[in-house]
Amino acid sequence: MLEATKEQSSDNQLQSMSARDSNEFLAFTLGNEEYGIEILKVQEIRGYESVTRIANSPDYIKGVINLRGIIIPIVDMRIRFNLGNPTYDDFTVVIILNINGRVMGMVVDSVSDVTTLAPSQIKPAPEMGSVLNAAYLIGLGTLDDRMLILIDIDKLMSSSEIGLIEQLTS
Amino acid sequence: MAKTILAVDDSGSLRQMVAFSLNAAGYQVIEAVDGQDGLNKAKDQIVDLVLTDQNMPNMDGLTLIKSLRALDTYKTVPILMLTTESSDEMKAQGRAAGATGWLVKPFDPKRLIDVVKKVIG
Amino acid sequence: MTIDMSQFYEVFFDESDELLAEAERLLMALDIENPDPEDLNAIFRAAHSIKGGAATFGMTDMTEITHVLENLLDKIRKNEMALTMEHVDAFLEAKDIIKMQVDGHRSGGKVDEDVVSEMKAKLQLLSEKGTSPAVAAPVVAKAAPIVAAPAPVAEVMQPAVAIPEGSKKFVIVLPELSEKDVSNLADELSLLGDVTRVNDAENKVSLTLITEEGADDIVAICSFVLDPDDLIITEQTVDQAVAKASTNVDDDDGFGFFEPVAIAPVAAETQDEGFGFFEPLENKAAIADVVPSDSTTEAKPAATQVEASVEKSAAPKREAPKPVASAETTSIRVGIEKVDQLINLVGELVITQAMIEQRIGAVDHVLDERLLNSVNQLTRNTRDLQEAVMSIRMMPMDYVFSRFPRMVRDLATKLGKKIEFVTDGASTELDKGLIERIVDPLTHLVRNSIDHGIEKPDVRLAAGKSEAGRLALSANHQGGNIIIEVSDDGGGLNRERILNKAKSSGLPVTDTMPDAEVWQLIFAPGFSTAEAVTDVSGRGVGMDVVKRNITAMGGSVDIRSAEGFGTTIRIALPLTLAILDGMSISVGSEVYILPLSYVIESLQPESADIKEISGQGSVVKVRDDYVPIIPLHQMFNIEPKYTDPSKGILVVLQVEDRKAALFVDGLVGQQQVVVKNLESNYRKVAGVSGATILGDGSVSLILDVSNLLRSSRQLHADTATH
Repeated sequence: MLEATKEQSSDNQLQSMSARDSNEFLAFTLGNEEYGIEILKVQEIRGYESVTRIANSPDYIKGVINLRGIIIPIVDMRIRFNLGNPTYDDFTVVIILNINGRVMGMVVDSVSDVTTLAPSQIKPAPEMGSVLNAAYLIGLGTLDDRMLILIDIDKLMSSSEIGLIEQLTS
Repeated sequence: MAKTILAVDDSGSLRQMVAFSLNAAGYQVIEAVDGQDGLNKAKDQIVDLVLTDQNMPNMDGLTLIKSLRALDTYKTVPILMLTTESSDEMKAQGRAAGATGWLVKPFDPKRLIDVVKKVIG
Repeated sequence: MTIDMSQFYEVFFDESDELLAEAERLLMALDIENPDPEDLNAIFRAAHSIKGGAATFGMTDMTEITHVLENLLDKIRKNEMALTMEHVDAFLEAKDIIKMQVDGHRSGGKVDEDVVSEMKAKLQLLSEKGTSPAVAAPVVAKAAPIVAAPAPVAEVMQPAVAIPEGSKKFVIVLPELSEKDVSNLADELSLLGDVTRVNDAENKVSLTLITEEGADDIVAICSFVLDPDDLIITEQTVDQAVAKASTNVDDDDGFGFFEPVAIAPVAAETQDEGFGFFEPLENKAAIADVVPSDSTTEAKPAATQVEASVEKSAAPKREAPKPVASAETTSIRVGIEKVDQLINLVGELVITQAMIEQRIGAVDHVLDERLLNSVNQLTRNTRDLQEAVMSIRMMPMDYVFSRFPRMVRDLATKLGKKIEFVTDGASTELDKGLIERIVDPLTHLVRNSIDHGIEKPDVRLAAGKSEAGRLALSANHQGGNIIIEVSDDGGGLNRERILNKAKSSGLPVTDTMPDAEVWQLIFAPGFSTAEAVTDVSGRGVGMDVVKRNITAMGGSVDIRSAEGFGTTIRIALPLTLAILDGMSISVGSEVYILPLSYVIESLQPESADIKEISGQGSVVKVRDDYVPIIPLHQMFNIEPKYTDPSKGILVVLQVEDRKAALFVDGLVGQQQVVVKNLESNYRKVAGVSGATILGDGSVSLILDVSNLLRSSRQLHADTATH
């Protein structure tokens, strides 16, 4: 699997050259808002399956699952950011992210599509007006009548806001 | 049919080099890791030529040659000693044991194949 | 046909490593007074084999040193010379140098040529020292080409016989020099080509050199040792060389036949070459094809001509690489990621197999007997496969331990200390990834023990201890951990000195700190309490690096020390990827794995045996012992089936000398589980040491028993004070 991802990313070399001009984003919804993350960070999309709870962890960390032999944590963004209704059924979607070699799952309400945005379509994020701190946003993407909140998923997932990775203490 | 050569050497790298070179020249090679192993394998299958190192654990090359010559099936099979010593003493010992010839180490693959060709064609 | 010799290099390097390690092991165990001839032979053979390989693969630097080493070993094994401690020391040193050369060839590691030359000279000297004058004629360390046509010592004095095409022969007349300088010079020149030493009538020494290089290069090399103006260098003409060579045909042939073999007259062929008495090999191969007498040669041919042929080109040919079918090997090297992929795939297979096994419960046992049999077969095969695959990554600790006896010996000698070194648990297996990473920290700890821990013999005697210190290295499995201990009976840590140093470094310390915390201070960056910086462990990585490395592996380090009695450093490493014997237990709807090694017993207690202790939770009476109860559902906030311990199950656990009873709903079973790291993608979780995948594909957490015991005490302590 990792192998395949690597190949894919080397295939994408040319593409990322042109990524200077336009980026591909995976669009998903949380509550009433539509978000986007860079497609290159997405390893796969799965349905929600039962997790193994981790004691004494925050409620938005649902637990861990077995992804083909490796143990990965599942974060429910709806709980973390108080968006939408955290129900779990056959339609609940988990986006599997690969961030610098660390694999994790992110529960969202639904996944819509992959969209390509040119730099001109990306506006800086306003300091306020989003549940997410602007520091974790790339900007706002506009596409026809849609608006995508573009998340800097690397930064967000590595941050203490999520607490997936042990923060370095002195 | 390809001729078969038994290569006896305790050094894996040299044995591999010998086997590889001779394979490439169209010979079949049986490898043995010491004199005892060589003797066993020589008994299992009568080969066309034996190449043996001299200094080996368990059974050295001279003993192997003597043991082979004591077998009816190996009275006339050519045996070459691979040796780092080309002293007269070593040659005399080899000759007395029944070796057909000697080849001084180190040798490169071409040289080995060349000598082997001279002996068994 | 060209054959890429480099394809055999890796095998040769591995083989050399093995031979060197074996030689070292034998040398360390050698009884100097009365060495076992078999051992001496084996050591000789190691040097001999490496020399043979090095010569074949063109690694002339290794050929040179193994050649002198082999000569010396040969004398000793033939009883021409008595073995001394000096020899063993030199052999061990030589082993290190050859290892350095192997690594140099393998991975471009740095090779200190000065050290190599010194070693050669040293071995040379030793070789000349103890023998009768007849044998001890001056022998010049020889370059590979000479070794390529090795000759007994007596023959070395003869002029070289063949000059390869493109080479020239120089005679270098030396001014008066010490024996050592001559020998060094000869060594240096041997880098250029084939060196022979000649003592002339006036006792002047001259060297002859056959080389492709020019006189300038000779001068350049000689200028390291002497003033080039004192040199007389003359180039010998081809005719002279050939004339000399022609007298030596039989002495320097590379191969020959004892029995007459029909071979075309070689002399005639080579005459046409014009230069070089011995035909070049390339041509010979061609001739073999066209001269009928060659190719039709039978096993018992009839002519008397002896083939004489030497290829003496100084540098080995590096032939162009060519894609070739892989040669047979007894071992193969594969990337660790392939092994890991295999492990993951087998893990999935095990789960699939478990699922099949669950579903098979529903089929008719009579009608589907054959299906059932096949599934049973599959179960067995899967289990065997899993074990075999897991074992690929596991290595015995001996891989690490075996490098220490030598190091301890050398360091102890250097520092004038006496040390008895013992190891225990060398067969304890640990994942390869971890075993490689533990080498450096352990090396540092062992060095520290020798340097700062164990005292000099006089100090020890004065303190009423035995003259020789004891240094012990041990490894054993304790539940989910492997415990590695470095323990010495030296002076122990000095509490006062550590505290003073900490204060002066501005670390927050108090005089009433418990010992355990004081000892942890030595892991602070840059902390060192050694009075003088020695070159043993005063430099290089400090304890902070040791601690960091171990923490990075998910492990921990503890120190126990008593002043005057010694220090024990205890490393606990998780067995990532290791298999663990586990007991699965349930609480509410959750299932956890307990490492079986901590489990003493499990019991369903009588209500009467459970006592509530105010502020300290409850205890259970197990025989005559009162054991504190840890309710797992409380620790982990689970909705349990039972809240009354007498309804559920108590699992009595022991960590070191501390016992506790874990209160759970029920026991599910016992099974071997594959330990998975939780931290690769998540973070460390209190009370959990790892995770595993159960038969149904779900994840189950493995409990960190010692952590649970600690935090339950903490919990009680907190509630007690509130």
